[in-house]
Amino acid sequence: MLTKRVIPCMDVKDGRVVKGVNFVNLRDAGDPIELAAAYDAQCADEVIFLDITATSDKRDTTIDLAARASESLHLPYCVGGGFRSVADIRSMIKAGADKVSVNSAAVANPELIELASRAFGSQAILCAIDAKVVPGNPNKWEVYVGGGRKATGLDAVEWAQEAARRGAGEILLTSMDRDGSRDGFDCALTRAVARAVDIPVIASGGVGKLEHFAQGILEGEADAVLAASVFHLGELTIRQVKESMASYGIPVRL
Amino acid sequence: MATALNGDGGEIRSGLVACDQLSLEEPIIALVDYHKGNITSVERGLVQAGASVVVTDDPEVVAQVAAVVLPGVGAFADAAATLRELGLDRAILEAVERGAPFLGICLGMHLMFEGGLEHASDEGPVPGLGILPGVVGPLEAYTPEGQRVKIPHVGWNSIDETALAWEEEPLLAGIQPGEYFYFTHSFCAPESAYSLTHTTHATPFTSAVARDHRIYGVQFHPEKSSDPGARLLRNFVSLVKAQ
Repeated sequence: MLTKRVIPCMDVKDGRVVKGVNFVNLRDAGDPIELAAAYDAQCADEVIFLDITATSDKRDTTIDLAARASESLHLPYCVGGGFRSVADIRSMIKAGADKVSVNSAAVANPELIELASRAFGSQAILCAIDAKVVPGNPNKWEVYVGGGRKATGLDAVEWAQEAARRGAGEILLTSMDRDGSRDGFDCALTRAVARAVDIPVIASGGVGKLEHFAQGILEGEADAVLAASVFHLGELTIRQVKESMASYGIPVRL
Repeated sequence: MATALNGDGGEIRSGLVACDQLSLEEPIIALVDYHKGNITSVERGLVQAGASVVVTDDPEVVAQVAAVVLPGVGAFADAAATLRELGLDRAILEAVERGAPFLGICLGMHLMFEGGLEHASDEGPVPGLGILPGVVGPLEAYTPEGQRVKIPHVGWNSIDETALAWEEEPLLAGIQPGEYFYFTHSFCAPESAYSLTHTTHATPFTSAVARDHRIYGVQFHPEKSSDPGARLLRNFVSLVKAQ
């Protein structure tokens, strides 16, 4: 039986791991490769490196990171942040990334998802969606881009469906309302998207306690759960999280 | 030790010389690079498993090696066409016929079959290598109860026994039924007498194949499957060295 995945996510700036709280106030939490190897030892199912300062002139740092990751990691990893074109994505896949995530550029140019999934396969293309609840309408979420700074007017559920239709292999769904809050995933958002698409959905944003992970799967109906600070700061281990999930009857790899 | 014989565009850099030198020392595994993605992880996995690896797109190199590993991500039709253009299809078949151990990984496993339906036209399946009978088709999306599962099948899933004797396959030495491996795919190999393991998503599908105790294909990615994956690659390298 396919297990539910637990994915530590590393926000990477200048080759170092940082974690934003509501996308500001960054804290340094170590070397990304070392941290990823430690998570592998804890039974992490994959890791995500999000390049939060990705600008074209800093690209080489991230490509170097991907190359180092392929040399030393024994688990799949995804790199996200700042991809504008198929050529950008190609350079990262060539460096060894198993998957890349696209966000703002896909909103600006949805055809990027089609071109990239045709070139590298759907399994290699994650569509990252940052969503925020629409004021006065708790069952509507709007897509934000540019690191959560710019509203797009797009409905998160509809955008997820379009991304899937265009060939995205997974949705990485972050609740901006919950990110950094430690109140748990936005399970209503996660469930709405998970039910609307036939591709896997990774829930992200808001984890603070052990039981939040199981909630993301059981109430949010996510296929995978992602967290950052609780892991990087050593508050919870991946193994603890998986044991907790297993106690709720969720299939996990231990 | 790893030796890259081909450059970015598939250009061979003094490949045969390097290959000949290596073959005097110990058996070489050709890791077939047909330009469809990064194979660093597979190469690194094999090297860490103790193999001497040559990364190549040259049929003449494949003709000389002790064993062949065919990795792959992407689409069947495209990959099959590239193998033919480079003349690698014949070279791989000849290697298999002369008794060389073979390991196909993910799309590399799909290519072992007679054909594939991925991106196929109305005229029928796109031809594969035909090392094994049958056609690669899409994964079943509905459980027998009518529940839809997510596709691609992404993540860690277990491998379980089929009618084939698990303990007689050197590839699986030290690996128990129920062990988890990392999968990412939307298509799967057909059920046949060569099905070595099953994995269940909506329904059970063939997750590894075996022929003659030396020709193998795995749907999962051993190079991305932590310790169990490393064990499987070591098993394959041991098999090559024992030939």
